[in-house]
Amino acid sequence: MNPRLLPYLLILPVTLFLGVFFIYPFVLVSQQAFSTGGGFTLDNFRDVVSYWKFPISFKNTMLLAAIVVPLQLVLSLLMATMVSKMEKGRDLVLYVWTIPLGISDLAAGIIWLAIFEQSGFLNSMMSGLGLIDQPVNFLSYQNPLIIFVAIALAEIWRATAIMLVILVAGIGLIPKEYYEAAEVFGASPWKRFTKITLPMLRPSLQTALVLRVVLAFEVFAVVAALGGTLFPVLMGEIYSYQFDLMNNNAAAALALIVLAISIFFTLIILRVLRVPKGATI
Amino acid sequence: MAEIQIKNIAKTFGDYTALHDINLTIADQEFMVLLGASGCGKSTLLRIIAGLETASSGEVWIGGRRIDHLSPKDRGIAMVFQNYAVFPHLTVFENIGFGLRMQKLPNDEVTRRVERTASLMHIEQLLKRYSGELSGGQRQRVAVARALAMEPDVILMDEPLSNLDALLRMEMRAELKGVLAESKTTAIYVTHDQVEAMSMADRISVMYEGNIVQAASPIEVYRNPAAEFVAGFIGNPPMNFLRATPAGDGKWTVAGQNVDGPTSGSSPLQFAIRPEDMRLADSGFSATVKVVEPLGAHLLVTCEVDGTLLRAILDSDLSVNRGDQLTLAPQSDRVRWFDPETTLAVA
Ligand SMILES: Nc1ncnc2c1ncn2[C@@H]1O[C@H](COP(=O)(O)OP(=O)(O)OP(=O)(O)O)[C@@H](O)[C@H]1O
Ligand SMILES: [Mg+2]
Repeated sequence: MNPRLLPYLLILPVTLFLGVFFIYPFVLVSQQAFSTGGGFTLDNFRDVVSYWKFPISFKNTMLLAAIVVPLQLVLSLLMATMVSKMEKGRDLVLYVWTIPLGISDLAAGIIWLAIFEQSGFLNSMMSGLGLIDQPVNFLSYQNPLIIFVAIALAEIWRATAIMLVILVAGIGLIPKEYYEAAEVFGASPWKRFTKITLPMLRPSLQTALVLRVVLAFEVFAVVAALGGTLFPVLMGEIYSYQFDLMNNNAAAALALIVLAISIFFTLIILRVLRVPKGATI
Repeated sequence: MAEIQIKNIAKTFGDYTALHDINLTIADQEFMVLLGASGCGKSTLLRIIAGLETASSGEVWIGGRRIDHLSPKDRGIAMVFQNYAVFPHLTVFENIGFGLRMQKLPNDEVTRRVERTASLMHIEQLLKRYSGELSGGQRQRVAVARALAMEPDVILMDEPLSNLDALLRMEMRAELKGVLAESKTTAIYVTHDQVEAMSMADRISVMYEGNIVQAASPIEVYRNPAAEFVAGFIGNPPMNFLRATPAGDGKWTVAGQNVDGPTSGSSPLQFAIRPEDMRLADSGFSATVKVVEPLGAHLLVTCEVDGTLLRAILDSDLSVNRGDQLTLAPQSDRVRWFDPETTLAVA
């Protein structure tokens, strides 16, 4: 067997699998997005974008990602650094911190709903402490800020661990000798973090951020549980086009828009965190 | 002035004692080599001096200042790591300048010093490269240049040449010694290669299981090993040992021969002689040749004397064959004696 062909042969099954279950549906969705029954058209996109809920759901999605992802980045870096410095009990802490990963996003939304709703934990705690006389409806249309905060909290609680595990693995790969060298040559703990950890963590940061940002644009179930229709997001709109309005073409068009946004941000992340040519990490 | 004083340093890891009460003074600008077998605590001692490890007890002084409570950067030291630890995400220039940048030196000063040390180490043409684009020897030079650029009082090196091939090692050995002598720094150099130690050191500290057994000039360590371990570790092949029983009056019986030895003592001793200090003679130990290894310049002969194997280095012109009977005489002023109880040398 020609050894040059062997690698291609070995990746063939995966490629076929992806081809059948990803590329083919993708082509179908694209077809739907660019047609209204007749030939090629951009009408679907025009309709979707000019609908009054598009700007608000676009804004909400972006705002949520813009607040949640940087916070998660900082948090997960902090947590990963702390875990990596631990000698004993490190695995236990990591398990506890990653518990939310095992919970579906709808369940996560419901957990936080149980905290924030009118008969929820927060209300009973506050009335128990005598802070309020009557239960408050935190998640009502009068409190858009609280809804936003609740959603952001739930998202942070739910999905920080996915970045954490990637970063912990990445930090574990950095040889200890580099830190010792940096220390001997006068780098403070903060300088060691910025001059050694961050640059050498770039590949892991890329992965973690791409994954997290793409997930952030796909936020749906947590928002549905906590905000309902009060906090429209892009994924929710796709859902309602598809199942409430029975408009496959519009749903497909909006899905492609979300895909384009994801690709755009992925490229930006890869570009910003690229490893300089020649440097090996 | 950067005299290093190590006072009563001990280090335990859990219930394992890696260093027992180490005392050592290294003079200003001296090139001190820590030599010992793998696992004897060389790196641990070096890392304690560097501040990367905390001693369980004891003190370290540099230039009359106690430094064991200071962080590594305040100790006036620079270090060359065993695996170089050249930062892969920085260019050679930024690697060499790393410590200078941390000191917030102005740009032109950093450039000046980096270029000077780079040319000292003959790597000025590599400054724009990354470490992944360098050979092992070049990376080694970068690691040394990074340390030299700090203009430290003390430079610590942990087996810096161990990853290089034999030829490059020999070349770097001479070069490194020259550069360090020029820079007037005090150097501590860890190695388990005795040739490296002999050829580079002003003084060698031979370590064994967490102790310094002997600290002396290379020739002293070679000629007058302070303990059996040193005698058996230094020299290739190392010293030969034969059992000696007292025959009274400063005479000792070694392999059936009477030999002059220590005048006192009534318990058996170890008689020791280097392979090159034996020659063929009319009277001496009778030896049966077991193995003959021609080494070009010499003949390395392994023979059996009194039930023990003994190695002698003889002239390569001789024709010696397996099974021959030889009479070997030790050069009397090169004979050394060790007490088997304490393993220490006996005068
Ligand atoms: N962090 C540690 N925890 C437990 N034991 C350790 C630790 N570091 C070193 N040791 C032990 O201390 C002893 C001395 O180690 P050290 O690294 O100083 O040896 P060395 O002389 O440098 O050996 P080598 O020539 O192989 O580098 C070894 O037996 C080692 O197992
Ligand atoms: Mg070592």
